[in-house]
Amino acid sequence: MSFSLKLGAVLAGLLGLAVILLTFERPPVETVQTGFRGVALGNIANPRLQPALAAANQLPPMIPRVPSVGPRAGQAYRNVQVLGELGVAEFARTMAAMTAWVSPQQGCNYCHNPANMASDEVYTKVVARRMLQMVARINAEWKPHVLETGVTCYTCHRGNPVPLNVWSENTGPMRGEGFSASSNGQNLASPVVGDSSLPYDPFSRYLDQAVNIRVQTPDPLPAGNSQGIKDAEFTYGLMMHFSQALGVNCTTCHNSRAFSAWDQSAPQRTNAWHGIRMVRDINHNFIDPLQPLWAANPNGPPGGPQRARLGAHEDPLKVNCTTCHQGVNKPLNGVSMLRDYPELTRITNIDAPPPVRQ
Amino acid sequence: MAEYQNIFTRVQVRGPAYVGVPLARGSSPRDGKPNFAYILGWLGDAQIGPVYLGWLGIISLIFGFAAFEIIGLNMLASVNWDPVQFIRQLPWLALEPPSPAYGLQIPPLAEGGWWLLAGLFLTVSILLWWARTYRRARQLGLGTHVPWAFAAAIWLYLVLGFFRPLLMGSWSEAVPFGIFPHLDWTAAFSLRYGNLFYNPFHMLSIVFLYGSTLLFAMHGATILAAGRFGAEREVEQVIDRGTAHERCAIFWRWTMGFNATFESVHRWLWWFAVLCPLTGGIGILLTGTVVDNWYLWGVKHGIAPAYPEVFRAMPDPLLAPGAAQ
Repeated sequence: MSFSLKLGAVLAGLLGLAVILLTFERPPVETVQTGFRGVALGNIANPRLQPALAAANQLPPMIPRVPSVGPRAGQAYRNVQVLGELGVAEFARTMAAMTAWVSPQQGCNYCHNPANMASDEVYTKVVARRMLQMVARINAEWKPHVLETGVTCYTCHRGNPVPLNVWSENTGPMRGEGFSASSNGQNLASPVVGDSSLPYDPFSRYLDQAVNIRVQTPDPLPAGNSQGIKDAEFTYGLMMHFSQALGVNCTTCHNSRAFSAWDQSAPQRTNAWHGIRMVRDINHNFIDPLQPLWAANPNGPPGGPQRARLGAHEDPLKVNCTTCHQGVNKPLNGVSMLRDYPELTRITNIDAPPPVRQ
Repeated sequence: MAEYQNIFTRVQVRGPAYVGVPLARGSSPRDGKPNFAYILGWLGDAQIGPVYLGWLGIISLIFGFAAFEIIGLNMLASVNWDPVQFIRQLPWLALEPPSPAYGLQIPPLAEGGWWLLAGLFLTVSILLWWARTYRRARQLGLGTHVPWAFAAAIWLYLVLGFFRPLLMGSWSEAVPFGIFPHLDWTAAFSLRYGNLFYNPFHMLSIVFLYGSTLLFAMHGATILAAGRFGAEREVEQVIDRGTAHERCAIFWRWTMGFNATFESVHRWLWWFAVLCPLTGGIGILLTGTVVDNWYLWGVKHGIAPAYPEVFRAMPDPLLAPGAAQ
């Protein structure tokens, strides 16, 4: 073999190695079968990556519980609109917890005017109140999704005033104008949909607008189903997001031979179905109504972290699966933080239209 | 022994350049002065050119170039004319067909008109190229096997981009022009129409696809293995005993009791290759037009088995009593 041939072979080998190393995940990959043999229902996980993922989703230290005694916060303080049923010690504990979870660097003054704690003049206090109502709503009304584990502020915030994993309407980056072809919101490498070329904003359609994710016909023959392939691409994009957000594969929920068949799906799919409605409820009834406050403070409060509070289209930063799940199928590894903070369930004034479950 | 275990053609016989048989009256002249490329000689014939282009070839190339430019420039516009992003994202970029709202109307250029135009130009280019292969085959006194094999591929292309959208009443059902986008389209197509694997014509297409590779491997391996006896000189060997041809035949007869002949193996290969897109095209054409959910069709006709339930069966939450409020 001549030298140039050997050199070519070595270069081709290196190129092939680079493609393999940069494309594939290093083994081992373990599959846990969950369905009947042969139908490929199962969970796929890499045990090498699991410890780091588990470590990144640990609970923060618990603030010691306090007895529910003494005067009620609503009587002791002025302008307590949603936590008035708590005892003053419980109230103080809840405030301390919220500070630790949401604004550990900024402290109480992220939301409060230190000269007048009762004042609503700092807009973040109004946001925080709405978010408390949202937490109460999730824990009270969305048990089909969050079960008894429930959620707290920390489930999303993780020590950040603005949760790290949020989304806003995305009509794509700048593109050629005039009569150049539009690409129907797809065909760019997008991390939102697992670096595929699927539609890069499936959220507006399914997590803001309430479009149903039903593209298949429940009948062998054509029966007036107007859903097309482009609709299927949007649902596929959303499912890629689910998969990434939860660190799971399609077959955690679906029997891949009949994606739409409920009677062959894992129970997790029903849980996810309610989760989609829950996220819509959060975005419609709790996030969207706060838009004027963020529009007035597009980069947050003066002392807080300078970060955009609105998306490119002036819409608020909204919630998707990653906001809570952050790579694990049960947020915070499935440990109930709410159990340690029962104060959060004692909000009665939720002030939102009834949840939509269809 | 190692003499026969090589990757490249080892012996390059080189005479004076040969321009080919005389052309029939009315033919265009052949283009290009023939020359020799030693490295290409490793892979095939070392003589490069002349090329017979003719007016069919020239018009086909012009239309093909126009389609290529429409697709490429629209991709470039989709990354705001940024050449770096164009190269980085090239596999993700595409020219997308019109949205469902347009049905079979001709949309504005920006809304899918470019896609229609590119499809039209590409189709003209391909059909002219097909006519060219037919004419060249006839001119050389050959059978028209190559054009008809090419036509099988064109059938699948036209089903995907033209016949099926026409029957569905919407251009939006067609395939985008793009590398990853057309693969995503394929996956979405199967998802929308209830799992293409239950489509019997898809099954047949897979049989012929995998069958083609199997036959190709068997044939290629057989001929290479007998190369030391001159197996590439097929025809002159068939009438003698002990030749490469007879050893090849005996090998398969000993191995599996039956052997193709030097002639029939090529018929096997041709039909497997041609039937792959032919059956596949039929399967695509039936999807959405005649059958809307292949899995349920499979259940109805007893080809999709039921498996024992492992989970507690959950009803459709949209239909569950008390859920929809």
